Amino acid sequence: MSRQLDIALTVNGERVSERVEPRLNLVDFLRDTLGLTGSHVGCEHGVCGACTVRVNGTIVRGCLMLAVQCDGARVETIEGVSDSGAIADLQEAFTRRNALQCGYCTPGMLLTAQELLARGGLPTREEIREHISGNYCRCTGYHAIVDAIEAVAQQRNGSKA
Amino acid sequence: MKPAPFAYAKARSVEDALRLLREHGEGARLLAGGQSLIATLNMRLSSPAILIDLNEIAALSGIALRDGDVVIGAMTRHAEVQQSDIVASHAPLVAAAMPHVGHAAIRNRGTIGGSIAFADPAAELPACLLALGGRVEIAGATGTRMVAADDYFRGLYETAVGADEVLTAIRLPAATPASRFGFLEFPRRHGDYAMAGLAATARADGASLKDVRLAYFGVGMTPVRARKAEAALAGGDVEAAVTALVSDLDPPDDIQASGAVKRHLAGVLLRRVTAQMDARIESAHDGGKA
Amino acid sequence: MKIVADTPSPLTALDRPNSYIGRAVPRPNLGRLTQGRAQFVSDVTLPRMAHVAYLRSPHAHARIVAIGKSKAEHAKGVIAVVTGADLAKVITPWVGVLSHLKGIKSAPQHAIAVERACWAGEAVCAVVARTRAEAEDACELIDVAYEELPAVTDPETALDPQTPVIHPELGDNLTFERTLDAGEVDKALASSDAVIETTFLFGRHTGVCNEPRAVVADWNAGEERLTVYHGTQAPHMMMNLFAKHLDLEEHQVRVVTRDVGGSFGIKVHTYADEMATVALSKLLRRPVKFVADRIESFVSDIHARDHRVHAKIGVKKDGTITAFVIDDLTGIGPYSVYPRTSGIEANQVVNLTGGPYACPNYRARARVVFQNKNVMCQYRAVGHPIATAVTEGLVDLAANAIAMDPLDIRRKNLYPDDAYPATAASGLRFEKLSHHASLEKIADMMDYKALRAEQERLRKRGIYRGIGFASFIEVTNPSAAFYGVGGARISSQDGATVRLDATGAVFIHSGVTEQGQGAEAVLAQCVASAFGVPIERVRVVTGDTDNVPYGGGTWASRAAGIGGEAAWQAGKALRQNVLAAAASILQAQADALDIVGGIVVDKGTTRERITLDEVARICYFRPDTLPPGFQAELMVTRHYVPRAWPFAFTNGIQASHLEVDTETGFITLLRHWCVEDCGTVINPQLVDEQIRGGIVQGLGAALFEHCLYDERGQMLNGNMADYLVPMAVEMPDMEVGHVVSPTADSELGAKGAGEAGTAGAPACVMNAINDALRPLGAKPLTEMPFTPGRVLAALGRV
Repeated sequence: MSRQLDIALTVNGERVSERVEPRLNLVDFLRDTLGLTGSHVGCEHGVCGACTVRVNGTIVRGCLMLAVQCDGARVETIEGVSDSGAIADLQEAFTRRNALQCGYCTPGMLLTAQELLARGGLPTREEIREHISGNYCRCTGYHAIVDAIEAVAQQRNGSKA
Repeated sequence: MKPAPFAYAKARSVEDALRLLREHGEGARLLAGGQSLIATLNMRLSSPAILIDLNEIAALSGIALRDGDVVIGAMTRHAEVQQSDIVASHAPLVAAAMPHVGHAAIRNRGTIGGSIAFADPAAELPACLLALGGRVEIAGATGTRMVAADDYFRGLYETAVGADEVLTAIRLPAATPASRFGFLEFPRRHGDYAMAGLAATARADGASLKDVRLAYFGVGMTPVRARKAEAALAGGDVEAAVTALVSDLDPPDDIQASGAVKRHLAGVLLRRVTAQMDARIESAHDGGKA
Repeated sequence: MKIVADTPSPLTALDRPNSYIGRAVPRPNLGRLTQGRAQFVSDVTLPRMAHVAYLRSPHAHARIVAIGKSKAEHAKGVIAVVTGADLAKVITPWVGVLSHLKGIKSAPQHAIAVERACWAGEAVCAVVARTRAEAEDACELIDVAYEELPAVTDPETALDPQTPVIHPELGDNLTFERTLDAGEVDKALASSDAVIETTFLFGRHTGVCNEPRAVVADWNAGEERLTVYHGTQAPHMMMNLFAKHLDLEEHQVRVVTRDVGGSFGIKVHTYADEMATVALSKLLRRPVKFVADRIESFVSDIHARDHRVHAKIGVKKDGTITAFVIDDLTGIGPYSVYPRTSGIEANQVVNLTGGPYACPNYRARARVVFQNKNVMCQYRAVGHPIATAVTEGLVDLAANAIAMDPLDIRRKNLYPDDAYPATAASGLRFEKLSHHASLEKIADMMDYKALRAEQERLRKRGIYRGIGFASFIEVTNPSAAFYGVGGARISSQDGATVRLDATGAVFIHSGVTEQGQGAEAVLAQCVASAFGVPIERVRVVTGDTDNVPYGGGTWASRAAGIGGEAAWQAGKALRQNVLAAAASILQAQADALDIVGGIVVDKGTTRERITLDEVARICYFRPDTLPPGFQAELMVTRHYVPRAWPFAFTNGIQASHLEVDTETGFITLLRHWCVEDCGTVINPQLVDEQIRGGIVQGLGAALFEHCLYDERGQMLNGNMADYLVPMAVEMPDMEVGHVVSPTADSELGAKGAGEAGTAGAPACVMNAINDALRPLGAKPLTEMPFTPGRVLAALGRV
């Protein structure tokens, strides 16, 4: 019944073919099968957001999607977006503002923030807080994270103007 | 916790999904957005033998205006609904509710059909369906049938969708210039299931509201119509409507609030949602003057 | 690393050229954390590594009659199914008591329950398998026959004669009791113009570290060595405990702690399942990994703060506080947690209540009782949030009784800033605090008068806003008085080893650990400043008992104050050694030289004499060219422990501004302020972020967090959907200010800052809510968390 299935997808631009159990969720696939440990597991019930990754360009909970559902998909993780330089300014802002402490939520937080920033414009602090409301951070109290995202929004807006 | 083992099949069409359901019988579960189902699997609260994945059925996805209805395919993601111009113009209640459904990443994956089929009594969209008096399109072995929202919710997580059927679309009557709506919920935190919430619709008739439909959520086993309150509100008496809630609603205690608190909040919701609808009447009038 | 904000510092001993003290130096570990290149224990995999899952008791109290494991043993992927009795052959049980907590008692706790499970969530059997999923599959096949026993859940009745005794050999359910009677309480109360009495209730809550507890244990039978990759705050303490209970010498154990996904005191204790994992590795002679999932975290990570405090305050019409009286009761689960005990939290409540106030009359009783719920122990700001809420709640009630402004009653009673050194009624000794300077600063920062005026205006429109304050003290930089004197092998001293590398870079190895608070940045700042190199040239090594000096780790806000001082001293000592080497190379006097920016210069100038890499090159590769008899020592170790004071107390004040929707009971946090005095600020950005993060942990306690149990001892909301942690939307922006009163106990003068935020936030939110609702005649709220339901009840609306 629960026989393994073959899947082929691209992860951070690399073609990947693996045989997986249907029950394997995306974040465990990335972490355990592919060794991409930058995506984290915090609750496995879709609440904390530590497992946030991008599938076909939009962010999803890595614990609430099965690896078999990613057959043919384009998956991006923190490792990929770091190497491409796509969020270098956001990472720099998080660093300058110390918008992370233990760093466990950070990959998911960065990908979530990037989705908001990619829409363009200047989100208010309230809009930033709303957008990251599904990403749990126990360390910072969120203030510094909101500061960092706000700073990047201003920076990107300024550079376009 | 990791899910117990299960098999997996991708349905290529609604017919394919129906065939797989028949083939696998009771142990089969349909997988839509998975934002509730996979969480319960991850907690081993349920262990189906096979998941039938609907995500590859392109025909189940999309939003259209058809025969006076806003028709939303079951597999349309919340994020698409949230961004849809059709929904914003013709089903503004749903547009108002959507930012309160989970969080950004959940809305990217979760589907309207999944939410309506799962029928969490504290969820926003089932209540919107009920408030709008929409219909649910259900495909089965003998074809497709339509079930009115008032007949759709049967009990806790129980709906009119049979074990061998697939919910394929939601049809919501498109708003007219006289349509009024209100939406408000009280979750402990943004994006949580509400302690109590209210989706409401009405038709403006001069300065009064007619055809009032009040769909409460988070206060019972299903989304609940407050029919006596609806009648009172249609009679123009908000406080009588609030009083009528006592017989309309009997909310049970849950983790976040006692039944008494929910009952109290239901009254606050009614006053505030009525004010939203009234305010919209006034602004419509203002618009007329301008 | 770019400096992002500078605070010019008027320091003297620290006033080195190019000092990094007082500057916002980014942390060296942020690159890997932001790029997904960190290594948390949950990321560790080793060859032949197996995974363990624990079957946990569904009953709060039950006899384990039989465990049928054959079906599980034959399940796919299973390597071993191990019961408590099996494992007891490899690991000995422990008892969580300390000799300085007079009379504290507890029962032996096993790594896996033997014969009896004492809380719902206690592990009763282990399955080791190839994957975690397979281990969980097999757990479902284990057949445990339980005989359910009566569960003791309510602390109020735990000591009643008719209540069953959880550990009959102990005689009763009393873990620990402490009483204190200072001054003349009865006389003081009798002379008061008002005596206010109330009861404060604190919801049991837990840490919810984003990375759950995790351990990978690797017993190498070939070399008889145990390596444990452990998300812990105290590697050396754990090394000692693993050795002690697995019949090993300490040198046979290595504890490695790399990145840790949040700790907050949760990860400083001995957990039965972690001990069992280590024992399983020894038993099975292979690496075994355990990562608690979120569901089991809720019923096995320590809980905290479940206290009921009856409290009383006396006040005179002129605002003088005459006495504090408290009676604290707390249920801590079935065992006192090892090795720090579960008596410390109540002990701290007794120590800290009334602490900011110069009131000599104080009576306290604290009783700690056993119950069949998950264990409680020390969690961020141990006891402080309770003591602060009780104290500050009472002070506000007293102020209200005599119609005095809440800041004025504090001005009247806080220890004057020139009263130090001082000894509190509880016996705590304060070196130098700054309550009044802090209070005046916060009143300025928030524009208190304007806020009050606005509050008045808005009330007329039916908008109810509240302003609440909480003055507090915080225990930091603990000496051996905390644990060592009680017999625990928990180091209060810490060490730093500093080495000049062959290219002129500096390595520092420290016994404190990085939990995300930024200890590695602080250590680098101290060494770079004391030694004289650009901070980019400093490499920090922590979290490896094979490679760092013996130390205590990170807890009780000690890493910067103690570990930082050791690093500072080591950096200075290395400078002397390197200057001696340079002097011998240059034929100069060492005391005429200095190191600035990584170059040996003539002291007081920037005139270059020799570069560090040249000194290193000569010392390492051409020592033959050095004068006969001169041996360069390019690696030094220094240790530090506070000696003059048992603890470096800090102080501060917080303020909350919030709005209550009086129809719904919802509370909107508008803004939060904190002024804090942690002595020398080594890195202002890191201090501020510790404060902010701590505040939000306290705000979670005030508004959301609560481990709900039924009367049978079942936790009802043990998942992240039902246990509400603070998320971004509901949290306010926070302003942080500082007053600086360095401790004279160390050269740096730094005290801790990790717990101040958590200590004060719940109290000032409580006071702000009550301030908002006062004109409506609401009964003051004193039961946390302040849910909409409780607010509505106080308003008489439900």
